[in-house]
Amino acid sequence: MQYSEKVMDHFMNPRNVGEIEDASGVGTVGNAKCGDIMKVYLKIEDNIVKDAKFKTFGCGAAVATSSMATELIKGKTIQEAMEITNKAVMEALDGLPPIKVHCSCLAEEALHAALWDYAQKNGIVIEGLEEPVNDISEHEEIPEEE
Amino acid sequence: MEYYFDNAATTATRPEVAEAMASYFTESYGNPSSIYKIAQKNKTAVEKARGQIAAAINSEVNEVYFTAGGSEADNWAIKGVAESYADKGKHIITSCIEHHAVLHTCEYLETKGYEVTYLPVDEYGLVSLEDVKKAVRDDTILITIMFANNEIGTIEPISEIGAFAREKGILFHTDAVQAVGHVPIDVKAMNIDMLSMSGHKFYGPKGIGALYVRKGIKITPLIHGGAQERSRRAGTENVPGIIGMGLAAELAVKELPEEMPRLTALRDKLINSILEKVPYSRLNGHPVNRLPGNANISFEYIEGESILLLLDYKGICASSGSACTSGSLDPSHVLLAIGLPHEKAHGSVRLTMGHFTTEEQVDYVIQELPPIIERLRMMSPLYEEILKNKN
Ligand SMILES: Cc1ncc(COP(=O)(O)O)c(C=O)c1O
Repeated sequence: MQYSEKVMDHFMNPRNVGEIEDASGVGTVGNAKCGDIMKVYLKIEDNIVKDAKFKTFGCGAAVATSSMATELIKGKTIQEAMEITNKAVMEALDGLPPIKVHCSCLAEEALHAALWDYAQKNGIVIEGLEEPVNDISEHEEIPEEE
Repeated sequence: MEYYFDNAATTATRPEVAEAMASYFTESYGNPSSIYKIAQKNKTAVEKARGQIAAAINSEVNEVYFTAGGSEADNWAIKGVAESYADKGKHIITSCIEHHAVLHTCEYLETKGYEVTYLPVDEYGLVSLEDVKKAVRDDTILITIMFANNEIGTIEPISEIGAFAREKGILFHTDAVQAVGHVPIDVKAMNIDMLSMSGHKFYGPKGIGALYVRKGIKITPLIHGGAQERSRRAGTENVPGIIGMGLAAELAVKELPEEMPRLTALRDKLINSILEKVPYSRLNGHPVNRLPGNANISFEYIEGESILLLLDYKGICASSGSACTSGSLDPSHVLLAIGLPHEKAHGSVRLTMGHFTTEEQVDYVIQELPPIIERLRMMSPLYEEILKNKN
């Protein structure tokens, strides 16, 4: 399995790692059982994504797609943000190995989950946005300590 | 600089082994079955190597059959005996932590009307003799339990199982691919009927292995054709491979008295230092009954492939039981069998040391690994939860 240089760059030097204290929307997708969890924080003001941060548990591709997805969404209007698909993330990374394509889907879902959270909190409807299915509750998948 | 910590995957061929093989490609290339001198010389050389292999496991010379590796030896032992003893019964006992060369062979036989019992293991990866005893039936024809596990390094109670199988008159095969040349093996004292080995796991070449079959055991050939290997395994002998594996086995066994304590000390230093420096980490496999060069550690809240990529950046070669590195959705069957939940199995790293591993290299890993774990944890939403809950 071979990662592109772009993927390796975004894995080795991930952009936007971290949390946003007063985030406008937070979305978490995936689960630890499958080996991938992405948590995306968005700061939205005047309909524009001013900042985006993430935390990811997962493989190289999971980190790289989170990094790229948060890069792509920054500065976009909400409508533009809705156009960031898994394909767009993948293309921006110069492709992914076939078994890693699901990571880019997860990245798209993570953005949508954060936008959904924002919409819910503000009582607005974002056209084309559906309730995330993968959203996990905050504590559900946290492994228990023996 | 390369820090090779994946000796369980394969080992470097020792230079003296490669050198001993070289002339069999370009000069002494004769087919051992031919009658002229350069060919006969090769026949003698092959028999000498057979003797070296036999000496390494304390078998008779004519109980050793060369194969094209460990997978073939496993396939042959299990399918060959399943077929030749089918009139006695169709039940096989194995464990759920075997290498796929054994597991998938057993699963294949299940499609052919055989029944297989996959024994569980305890938290350390040990098969219990009691479980073996309970699983035995009148129609059990074979017990196949690996000598030592390739992922977690646990060494199974082979002597106990061997004694029991012999007493019951049931054939006992062991996949000793990870054990030959790494721990002492005596097929006579341990009552082993069949044993698989592979050259590239003990500093010999790849693509060559052997199956020991105790005299008197009926076994149907896997590879039909010419009369090589006393008509039990056809095909022109891999002469350079056989020469290389024979010498590698001799050297490994000769050096065992120094290598075992040396590697055990390096292993324990690595394990103890990492467990001490890194919170939320645990050793997988048995702490004592374990291959001298094997360390397998799970790091919670992070995923194995990410660790491997960052290790690789530092020049450290390792492997992981994470799903992402296995090409499937599930993490290692061995880690799941010892009771690790998926999320901990995903965060496992296997570091396997060998003949060429030095203490400086181990120190380097001890220095480089903890910051890598910390770095990935700082990125992990799971670790974030843990830190918050602690405060
Ligand atoms: C325990 C065990 N059995 C069998 C094999 C297969 O050996 P080979 O690669 O020589 O076919 C391996 C090697 O990966 C192994 O570790």
